[in-house]
Amino acid sequence: MSGNSEPLSPRAKLAVSAGRAAAAVSRAAGRGSGSVIGGRVALKLDPDLLARLAGHLDVVLVSATNGKTTTTRLIAEALRSEPDDVVSNALGANMPAGITSALAGGSRARYGVIEVDEKYLSTVARDVTPKAIALLNLSRDQLDRAAETRMLAERWREGLAGTKALIVANADDPLVVWAASSSANVVWVAAGQEWKDDAWSCPSCGGVLQRPGDEWACGECGFRRPTPSWALSGDHVLDPHGSAWPIRLQLPGRANRANATTSAAVAAAFGVPPQTALERMFAVTAVAGRYDVVSYQGREVRLLLAKNPAGWLETFSLIDPPPAPVILSVNARGADGTDTSWLWDVDYGRLAGHPICVIGDRRLDLAVRLEVAGVDFQVCQTAEEAVRRCPPGRIEAIANYTAFQDLRRAVGN
Amino acid sequence: MSDSSLRVVWVYPDLLSTYGDQGNVLVVGRRAHQRGLNVDRIDVRSDQPVPTSGDIYLIGGGEDRPQRLAAERLVRDGGLQRAVDNGAIVFSVCAGYQILGHEFVNDQGERQPGLGLLDVTSVRGTGVRCVGDVLADMDEHLRLPQLTGFENHQGITHLGPTARPLARVRFGNGNGTGDGTEGAWNDTVFGTYMHGPVLARNPLIADLLLKLALDVNALPPVDDRWYEALRAERIAAATQPA
Ligand SMILES: [Zn+2]
Repeated sequence: MSGNSEPLSPRAKLAVSAGRAAAAVSRAAGRGSGSVIGGRVALKLDPDLLARLAGHLDVVLVSATNGKTTTTRLIAEALRSEPDDVVSNALGANMPAGITSALAGGSRARYGVIEVDEKYLSTVARDVTPKAIALLNLSRDQLDRAAETRMLAERWREGLAGTKALIVANADDPLVVWAASSSANVVWVAAGQEWKDDAWSCPSCGGVLQRPGDEWACGECGFRRPTPSWALSGDHVLDPHGSAWPIRLQLPGRANRANATTSAAVAAAFGVPPQTALERMFAVTAVAGRYDVVSYQGREVRLLLAKNPAGWLETFSLIDPPPAPVILSVNARGADGTDTSWLWDVDYGRLAGHPICVIGDRRLDLAVRLEVAGVDFQVCQTAEEAVRRCPPGRIEAIANYTAFQDLRRAVGN
Repeated sequence: MSDSSLRVVWVYPDLLSTYGDQGNVLVVGRRAHQRGLNVDRIDVRSDQPVPTSGDIYLIGGGEDRPQRLAAERLVRDGGLQRAVDNGAIVFSVCAGYQILGHEFVNDQGERQPGLGLLDVTSVRGTGVRCVGDVLADMDEHLRLPQLTGFENHQGITHLGPTARPLARVRFGNGNGTGDGTEGAWNDTVFGTYMHGPVLARNPLIADLLLKLALDVNALPPVDDRWYEALRAERIAAATQPA
């Protein structure tokens, strides 16, 4: 798999430089990285730019409800053999404008490793002719405004039918399997999925899925878990030859080991052996503050982002055991979804034994949730107050999207 | 009540548990437990028969396709109607509320029969989706404080003569009929469009369900401090323009 080197048309070049200028203006005006604005300007000047930029690269797309940012980083590192040979999108800029901006970023690049918002996967996959697409998981997220989870799977399925890309997909998520199985060329990865509550009914026929152990199968139509060729097994990746490769990451948790497994399978498709890929992945540290440990008020605060029930569940499984104190912060601003009902899909009973402080715009929703879970907690007004109520040492701070940004600011990250 | 424990049945969590409405089961269970009652929570998947001997049945909201599947299976099963004939209490939300009526419009645009346990009929609205905080006055017969909740639906539900509106909206849409009604109820069967979950926002409705199931007029008080604080915040939020 290698990129071709057809030069950009003058119009595309103009669009790229206009986009860069707009991004620079946006940065100077203090409006963030500018990548989205730059991409928007460029796309307006040349609507086919995305396709043309991608034509020079071997493109890998990464989509999921959770873990797509981290996995994009892991794959980018796994493929990188020289400093400039991979371009990738800026954090959160995972819609067409941000992606355009990312692809315009490096002229010496050979690979484009691109995180794509779930809703745009089909469109982007059509525009950029990717060589590989990694599909990690699908679960409920921001239900007051996002598309229904199964509808997303259906859009993926329709969008990916007939694609020439290699699909690297999680065999343990029935919605992902259903979406991926319209494609001819799929590598199945047993990456696990702790959250199961969006996949009790068969995405194909609506029958009830039976889930003995790690297997799953529909009793009505026979739709079932495909046999994986790659697997996460404890802290090792099992490759298709049955060899086990140790995972060493600076990122914590089962979900990140799963992301590394998928990333190793993607890298192998580009000729990077698992051992090399996994060693390169060790370079990935905190992504935009996620998993960062910050010294603040004489404590070590670990910043954990969890945006939806599946994310909270994975986060609970990686925090230090009691008596490690836990700070929970939830907002319900636009970017978070304005409905907090999802808090009740999270089993907060699992935090029993931890000292807990709740903060954030919606701390009272958390208070009632924890009260009903029968778990002790304190309500604090600010992050500073919450941290000061914890004893010195490690604090696990878990927050949803805008609450996480607030928390980073509060602790000086 | 059948024996020493209160039987709380959570209907079809595999299909109708998408918007946090599981919280309603947790709140009922917690508040019963705080009154010294043993609670037997029974989760019934859609490939299992609905038991007919439950005391309180809770049904949540779901997406359009699961709603169709749930209605088909509940109609075929018949257990919930028999439970209501036996005097059981039913509390339903959103898609579950529509299923309890005579009919609703399913994901394929067809009119689909419901269980007929509430005298309501639902259609699909053509306007914008109703999303946001709601504040409403509860039916005066229920002697309950204001209803607060979060709505997220496209449905419009019309009430027949034997269903009473659960509440009258001050802010928000509710049944979407334009007449200010929200939800519906008869003696033992309740329906609402409110998520939140609604019983976490309105714990005295959970207590009402317990009182009906236990056939008592009062329950020992519990510490409602955090519920009250949340209610005050959400009631204030509902009255602010979005
Ligand atoms: Zn099936």
